[in-house]
Amino acid sequence: MDKNVTLSVEIAGVPFKNPLVAASGTFGFGGEYDELYDVGCLGGISSKGLTLHPKDGNEGIRVWETASGMMNSVGLQNPGIDEFIDTGIAQMRQFGNVLIANMGGHSMEDYVAGAAKLSNADIDMLELNISCPNVKSGGMAFGIKAEVAREVVKAVRDVCHKPLIVKLSPNAENIVDMAMACEDAGADALSLVNTFQAMAIDIHKRKPVFNNVYAGLSGAAIKPIALRMVHAVCQKVRVPVFGMGGVYTAEDVLEFVMAGATAVQIGTVNFNNPLAGRDILDALVRLCQQEGISNISEVRGVC
Amino acid sequence: MRYFESRVIANQRVADDIFVLQVERNSAEVAAGQFYMLKSWDKELTLMRPVSVFKADESVLWFMYRVVGSGTSRISALMPGDKMRLLGPCGNGYPCDALKGRIAVVGGGLGIPPLCETAKTLKARGATVDAYLGFRDALFAVEDFEPHCENIFISTEKGEEGYRGFITDLLSPENYDTVITCGPEVMMRKVASMCAMTDTRCYCSLEHRMACGIGACLGCSIRTKSGMRRVCKDGPVFLSSELEW
Repeated sequence: MDKNVTLSVEIAGVPFKNPLVAASGTFGFGGEYDELYDVGCLGGISSKGLTLHPKDGNEGIRVWETASGMMNSVGLQNPGIDEFIDTGIAQMRQFGNVLIANMGGHSMEDYVAGAAKLSNADIDMLELNISCPNVKSGGMAFGIKAEVAREVVKAVRDVCHKPLIVKLSPNAENIVDMAMACEDAGADALSLVNTFQAMAIDIHKRKPVFNNVYAGLSGAAIKPIALRMVHAVCQKVRVPVFGMGGVYTAEDVLEFVMAGATAVQIGTVNFNNPLAGRDILDALVRLCQQEGISNISEVRGVC
Repeated sequence: MRYFESRVIANQRVADDIFVLQVERNSAEVAAGQFYMLKSWDKELTLMRPVSVFKADESVLWFMYRVVGSGTSRISALMPGDKMRLLGPCGNGYPCDALKGRIAVVGGGLGIPPLCETAKTLKARGATVDAYLGFRDALFAVEDFEPHCENIFISTEKGEEGYRGFITDLLSPENYDTVITCGPEVMMRKVASMCAMTDTRCYCSLEHRMACGIGACLGCSIRTKSGMRRVCKDGPVFLSSELEW
C-alpha cells in the first residue's frame, strides 16, 4: 500500500521515520496508548512534561470541553526527572522511535539543573517547555518575552549536549521575535504552538471553572491560528519546526508541512480518537498518494 | 481494553432525564465497577464521556446515564441500529473475588446503576448482599437489584417512596464485612466516615471529569494517602481509607 511515499524526515540530525509525533502531556510516556496500538509506528513521542522535582499538579477541575476543542489545567503533574530517568526512559525506549524528553520549570536554576540531568540520560532530544500556561510561578513568563526566553535557552544550551527543541507559547508578545531569539540562543529546533491561555466560567456557581482562573485551550479551535504562527515563524528561522495546534487529520498534517513545518505533533485528537496516531499516519500515506506527493519534504514550506 | 465501534440495541428513558443504553459488547469481559468511554460523534465534540457499566452479559452492555450536557444529550438521541464508539473496559473495578460474607452496596442517584453489576457478581461469588439505594424522587433500577440482593432498602428525599431522608440513615456498617458505595461525594464521605468508626472495610467508586480515560493525560488525578492517583486508571474504585477528603 506504501506506493513509494517517503515520510521520513530529519531534525537536528535525528532521523524520524515519519513526521508524526505524540505531543507532550497528552500521551504520558506512551505506555497507555501502546495497549491500544503499536505507538512505535509514530515518528516519535514527546514525554509528559517533566520538572526537576516531582509535582502533584493543580487542584480542582483539570479538563473541560469547549467548542471545537478543550481546555486543560493539569499543572505539570509528573514524577520528576530522576524517576523518569530511572523508569520512564526504559518504557519509552521499547517503542523504538524518537524519544523526546519534554521539560518544564519554574526558575532558571531548575531549567539548567534539569537539562543537565536529562542531557546525560538516554534521550534523543530535549524539548524545553517555556510555555506552560498552567504553572503560576515562572512557566509562562519565560514564554512571553523574547529576551527572557533568550536567557533561559542560552543557559540550557550550555549544559545540554542533546539536540534542543524549544516549545513556544502562542501567548508570546511576538511569536516571530520569540522564535528568532530562541534560534539565536542555540535552539536546534522549535515546536509551536502550546495552548492558548483561555477562560471558562461556570455560570451556576458564578465562578471560573478552573482554580487557576485561566487555562490552556487546544484542539481544532486553535488550528488556523497555530497554522498562521507556524507559517510566520518558518519564514524567519532556519531551524526545523514541529508544527502543532489542533491537528486532527492527515489534511491538517499536510497544511502544517506546507506552512513550513518539518514534523507535526498531535495532542488533543488522541482524546477524541485514541487510535488517532495510527489512523492519521495511515491516512497520510493515502493522502500523499492521492496528491502525487512521493516525499513529504517536497511540499514543505510551499506556501 | 479496546477502542471499537458498536451498534445500539436500545436506548430508553427510564425516569425524568435518565436513560438506559444497550449496546453490543464487542470487548473483553467486564469487571463490576469498570466503565467505558462513550461517543456518538466524530469530531463535533472533543472528548468521550465516561459511563459506568450498569449490567453486562456475554454480548450486551447496559449503561444508565443522566443527560447533563452536550455529550449525554447526543447519546440520548441514539436509536436502535445506530453506530457509536466505545473505549474500554476502563479502570479497576471492585475486587469481587476477594470480598466474602455480608456486603452492603450503598448507592445514591446515578451512583446506583454500577452497583447492580457489582451485586450480581458478589452474589455469584457467594457473598450475601444488601442494597441501600437513595433516590431524589423517582425510582429506577430497583427491580434489577432484586435477583442479587437479600434485602433492599430505599429512600427518597421527600419520602415519595421508602424512607424519607438520606439512605445513610438506614445503614449500620457494623452489620457488614464490607461496604461498597457509589454516588454523590457527600454521601460517600458519610458512608466512609461511618465505616471508619466501626472499622468496616469500605470501597468508594469515584466520578471525575476525564479526557483520555486510560491514564495518560492526568486530567482526573486525585490526592490519596499514597500520592496522586488517576481515577480512570488506578480507580475508579478506591479503599475509603486511601482517600483524602
